[in-house]
Amino acid sequence: MSKELSYLEAIREALVEEMRRDAKVFVLGEDVGAYGGAFGVTQGLHDEFGDMRVIDTPISESAIIGVSIGAALRGYRPVAEMQFADFISCGFDQIVNQAATLRYRYGGRTSVPMVVRAPNGGGVSGGLYHSQNPEAWFVHRPGLKVVAPSTPFDAKGLLKAAIRDDDPVVYFEHKFLYRRAKGPVPEGDEIVPIGVAATRREGRDATLLTYGAMVTPSLEAADLLAKEGVEVEVIDLRTLSPFDKAAIFHSVEKTSRVLIVHEDVKTLGIGAELSAVIVEERFDRLDAPVLRVTYPDTHCPFSSVLEQANLPDTSTIVEALRRLAAY
Amino acid sequence: MPTIKRTKFTLAPEQLLEMFYWLKLIRAFDERLSILVRQGKVKSGVYTGIGQEAIIVGTGYALRKADYVCPLHRDLGTFLIKGVEPRVMMAQMFGKSAGLSKGRDSALHSGVSELGIFGSTSMLGANLPVAAGLGLTFKMEHTDSVVVAYFGEGASNVGDFHEALNFAGVQHLPIVFICENNQYAFSVPVEKSMAIDDVADRAASYGFDGVAINGNDVLAVYQSTQGALARARRGEGPTLIECKTYRWHGHSEHDKAFYRSDEELAMWKSRDPIPTFTTYLQARKVLTDDNLKEIEARVTTTIDDAVDFATSAPDPRPEDAITDLYSS
Repeated sequence: MSKELSYLEAIREALVEEMRRDAKVFVLGEDVGAYGGAFGVTQGLHDEFGDMRVIDTPISESAIIGVSIGAALRGYRPVAEMQFADFISCGFDQIVNQAATLRYRYGGRTSVPMVVRAPNGGGVSGGLYHSQNPEAWFVHRPGLKVVAPSTPFDAKGLLKAAIRDDDPVVYFEHKFLYRRAKGPVPEGDEIVPIGVAATRREGRDATLLTYGAMVTPSLEAADLLAKEGVEVEVIDLRTLSPFDKAAIFHSVEKTSRVLIVHEDVKTLGIGAELSAVIVEERFDRLDAPVLRVTYPDTHCPFSSVLEQANLPDTSTIVEALRRLAAY
Repeated sequence: MPTIKRTKFTLAPEQLLEMFYWLKLIRAFDERLSILVRQGKVKSGVYTGIGQEAIIVGTGYALRKADYVCPLHRDLGTFLIKGVEPRVMMAQMFGKSAGLSKGRDSALHSGVSELGIFGSTSMLGANLPVAAGLGLTFKMEHTDSVVVAYFGEGASNVGDFHEALNFAGVQHLPIVFICENNQYAFSVPVEKSMAIDDVADRAASYGFDGVAINGNDVLAVYQSTQGALARARRGEGPTLIECKTYRWHGHSEHDKAFYRSDEELAMWKSRDPIPTFTTYLQARKVLTDDNLKEIEARVTTTIDDAVDFATSAPDPRPEDAITDLYSS
């Protein structure tokens, strides 16, 4: 049994179901209470669960995350909302120096089961501080897990997995997808496991690795290439740390060509690591250089003229796939 | 400055002697560590709290088992009072696998959830938001357990301090914030890092009481802590207690502390919390020559045993550098 939900509704449904299932799950963040969150993700939660499980906080990102860590140390499963992923930098130390290191420096004798939800991404004229994609910062830090769903199905299943995981998980939910992405979501307790990619389209000629809001334009580009006789395999990574090496290598061995597409900037984005790993471990299977389509190394500007000129889209992905296929 | 509601307390002679033992043990532990650093046997940065022991003992002795502590980087004694074996703490300082972090980090960057100890990182004040989270869970559970969170006057200038105290004030959390004002943030004297005299005054911004006390008087610290704990247990929210004190050594054992005068150090050494308490106990015939000898012998035996244990304990296995990063 499944039903049609938006990406945003799927996130909310995961929260509600997990809070009903486990009294240790609670949410906290700015405006998440009676207001229901800046984007409406937590609407209705305060009515059902009350002040102590849906906690409006001061504008204190570091405290929001630090409080979550403290609660997690006592066996709670907090879900902290950053109003925008851009604001996560204000709580950066708590994530990278506290949450990420706790189990390690406790000699493996504790765990920190917490989720930081981070609405990320551009395409909505959000400007410099409402558009960022800071996922690579957290992939770079051992001790954290990082996920970035692209469909309502995964948004629900990955959030459930993140809440039940005993390690700190940074959950990137793409704002552009909130109401635009709609799709089937299973009724009940379906988990999308952390660390497992999804092949969205099979193909023999090239592998396209992507995630988040770039999955849809990537699939559109693959369909266009198919008309030119090039079959592209599109892999939605879903989890960025730890990423699904086995799925990536399996596809690379089949296609010998790789394009990586992400909305984050190019230099030291996820694409850099994926490319390095493929070259290190599957160099002999490649027939072409690993290519990347990314946001250029600049800030995400407010004017849609400026923003749209740089966001990867179907046409830029098509162009890169043609170059890749020509090798 | 607002005054704290005092709680009457009566300490039996055995309890007073136990506090005396902790003062002596913690002092001896740090002094031995200082020697071990000079001998090259302990290689890490060691941050002693010599001169500040009355704060550790006065607060620590007031705690219940279910209470949680968030010590700062000088509060080795807090780990001991909360139940970590001296052997384990010494192994931790030696970077041995028998230490709390299995050699992953030195100093006090570890903790024991079962004993209610959350150890700090090197980012001072960053333990305070976590303390607020621990306190939030006690509030959720309607227990009367309390979190005691420690920080220096230097850390009271960090954003995390303000975010945490504000959150604790808004949520009315059962937390006692203990400021160990030892006059210097590494080399920077308090007057160069704060435009006010007392960290205690900062509590008013967050809607709860702050009080500045003599941090070298173990009974004053105990009494203030008891009062603050009692209020927190009754659901009356947080309290900030600023304990004025002084660290005798440098910021770390590698710091010669040339930024302060000999006269200043001598003045504070004359306020050494241990002789003060010794005199108090002797005057009341609680401490006799016999039990003084017994306590001193017990301290020496305990420290020697801990050093022997840590010295002969195995080093961590190289492969443990990449284990325990994830639960699953």
